Amino acid sequence: MRGQEARDQVERKAAMATLAQSTGDDIVRLWNEAGLPSEAELLRGPETGLVTVRGRIGGGGAPFNVGEATVTRATVRLASGQVGHCYTLGRDKQKARLAAIADALWQDPALRPEVETRIIAPLQAALASARERRRAETAATKVDFFTMVRGED
Amino acid sequence: MDIATQAIEGGFADPVFNAQTVFRAVMDAMARPGTLQPLPAFARPPAPLSATAGAIALALCDNDTPLWLDPVLQAPAAVKSWLGFHTGAPLANTPADAHFALIATPAEMMALDGFSQGTQDYPDRSTTLILQVGDLVSGAPLLLEGPGIERTASIAPAQMPRHFVEQWKQNNQRFPRGVDIVLATPDGVTCLPRTTRIKTMEA
Amino acid sequence: MYVAVKGGEAAIANAHSLLADRRRGDRSVPALRLDQIVEQLALGVDRVMSEGSLYDRELAALAIVQARGDMIEAIFLVRAYRTTLPRFGYTNAIDTGAMLVERRVSATYKDLPGGQLLGPTFDYTHRLLDPELATGGDIAEPLQRASEAEAMPRVSAILAREGLIEPDGDMPQDHVPGDITREPLEFPMTRDIRLQALSRGDEGFLLALGYSTQRGYARNHPFVGEVRIGEVELELDVPELPFPVPLGSVRVTECQMVNQFKGSAKAPPQFTRGYGLVFGQSERKAMAMALCDRALRATEFGEDVVAAAQDEEFVISHSDNVQATGFVEHLKLPHYVDFQAELDLVRRMRAEHDARENSGKAEEKREAAE
Repeated sequence: MRGQEARDQVERKAAMATLAQSTGDDIVRLWNEAGLPSEAELLRGPETGLVTVRGRIGGGGAPFNVGEATVTRATVRLASGQVGHCYTLGRDKQKARLAAIADALWQDPALRPEVETRIIAPLQAALASARERRRAETAATKVDFFTMVRGED
Repeated sequence: MDIATQAIEGGFADPVFNAQTVFRAVMDAMARPGTLQPLPAFARPPAPLSATAGAIALALCDNDTPLWLDPVLQAPAAVKSWLGFHTGAPLANTPADAHFALIATPAEMMALDGFSQGTQDYPDRSTTLILQVGDLVSGAPLLLEGPGIERTASIAPAQMPRHFVEQWKQNNQRFPRGVDIVLATPDGVTCLPRTTRIKTMEA
Repeated sequence: MYVAVKGGEAAIANAHSLLADRRRGDRSVPALRLDQIVEQLALGVDRVMSEGSLYDRELAALAIVQARGDMIEAIFLVRAYRTTLPRFGYTNAIDTGAMLVERRVSATYKDLPGGQLLGPTFDYTHRLLDPELATGGDIAEPLQRASEAEAMPRVSAILAREGLIEPDGDMPQDHVPGDITREPLEFPMTRDIRLQALSRGDEGFLLALGYSTQRGYARNHPFVGEVRIGEVELELDVPELPFPVPLGSVRVTECQMVNQFKGSAKAPPQFTRGYGLVFGQSERKAMAMALCDRALRATEFGEDVVAAAQDEEFVISHSDNVQATGFVEHLKLPHYVDFQAELDLVRRMRAEHDARENSGKAEEKREAAE
């Protein structure tokens, strides 16, 4: 049971990460295609605020404050009682609300597969291919050093 | 009702205007020590945190204000998670680190000088104590004077800390350092800022 | 006598509408859209985010338009906006080692794990103006090269294996990172607070100071151990969830400057370090920040403080361009009463001076006559 709970947490966090990384437009489009309920009681937000971003001295040392970033958050409750949360960079309130509903739906074992296949998986695939393209474009600028052989020996 | 549900319910229905109303009441109470500024029950926190004290916490606390809870409030997990969800305030490690302290049983509370008194350069860094009291009439009467009080004011808050008059005199002597007190009653809020003196009642 | 002066309301209102008109410019030219600025003036947007100390591309683009391209004014607008928002918390520290790297170069090691990735750099361009850009022609898609995802450890980790470089900067165990947006500056300050101030500092000011160290004012023999640019993920601890909530990614530039150090009574000969970390793609700023960070550590290494770049009070107090512009620009606001008082004072001093001169001359004449 403990193991299952831990796995659930890892998967839930991964789904939240996918939603946070994706654009609001992509989420809305998939949501409409999936026909998932977009109504829920708003318990908090959607509201925009700040987080202070921390780095580490020298990259791996003690933390320090670099600057701030806008974040929008929402907490919703479904009629079934599930509570969902979202925190995401930027000021897109519609995105925060839908992502919180997605998080709530995800926690319902009956609805989880649908949320995973209709929303999370396509978003995840789009993010992965964008990331892969970025990496391949950067890799094309990698320097290949040639050693010049001088003289004979 | 499980803790998770208790933690997220009972916040301000209208966060901006409710917070402004509570802030205004606390400000007026600070400006006119001893007067009762009425407050509707905007918040429904988990017991034993009272509706008034809960609303004051929601209006005043945020991520940058470490909060200290007395043992009675520390005990139930629901109070901590409710305050955490709605205010984001971290719990202070010690009373001396707290910007605000919530106290459900003032009669058993630790001494006032255990909280942050501020510094000579930054006297505003002292702890503001929010005390839950049942009423302002059934306790020992206190005659108040000082800035914001034309002549004298009188209140008799129930369940006040032990040796309160003596402790308050010491608090006055630490000026400009010292704590400020907000009394949260079921009907509203009354304040004792550090500038208010308690006149000893003639027997 | 103090005379209160009122007036100028109509003039101010009209100046604002004139500003709006000039900002829009010739109406036959299409108005700029924010996405055009975000996409095509990305490094200007990054500078406003870095010095405005607020990561939000669209807001930075809006600020640039509103400020008519005046970067310091745009930074000012962003700083003002951030004060209107509540703070949800402090993120967990980012891991630049796990960055999705878009550029990464080292001047100290040719062959390092992950390699040298030039990315979208101005380096090696000929700095010849390109008339084709003016005509808005089509731009080819960039080339791609299939590659395995490779770990890219920070260069400091490689040098650390030999024990010849100081470790990443540490703070005492229970040290809470200082925050200049919450607490007033106090000198001397700890390195974490200095880095926060430098990260939002003015690029031009830090660049000039960094340059001054290279020219001999607090020389510290720098090498770029590494510059890397890319996206890092942010996570925030929140009370309502049992795990840190993922927020998305931000682009940052990190510079590890490696400095030769001949040793002192306090430390053996080794390489010391300066660190730079800024929002967005801004290599110049990250490098200048790292040079200043190292220079400001003079006392820590027992070096003499002889140059401006080593003077913490001087550097940190003057690095913020919003403060600087506020204080310089306020001089143009009405100082009529102040100036009237100065005028009276100068007139009086001049009268006294003239009186002295005249009596001196009279004295000379009398002496000459005698």
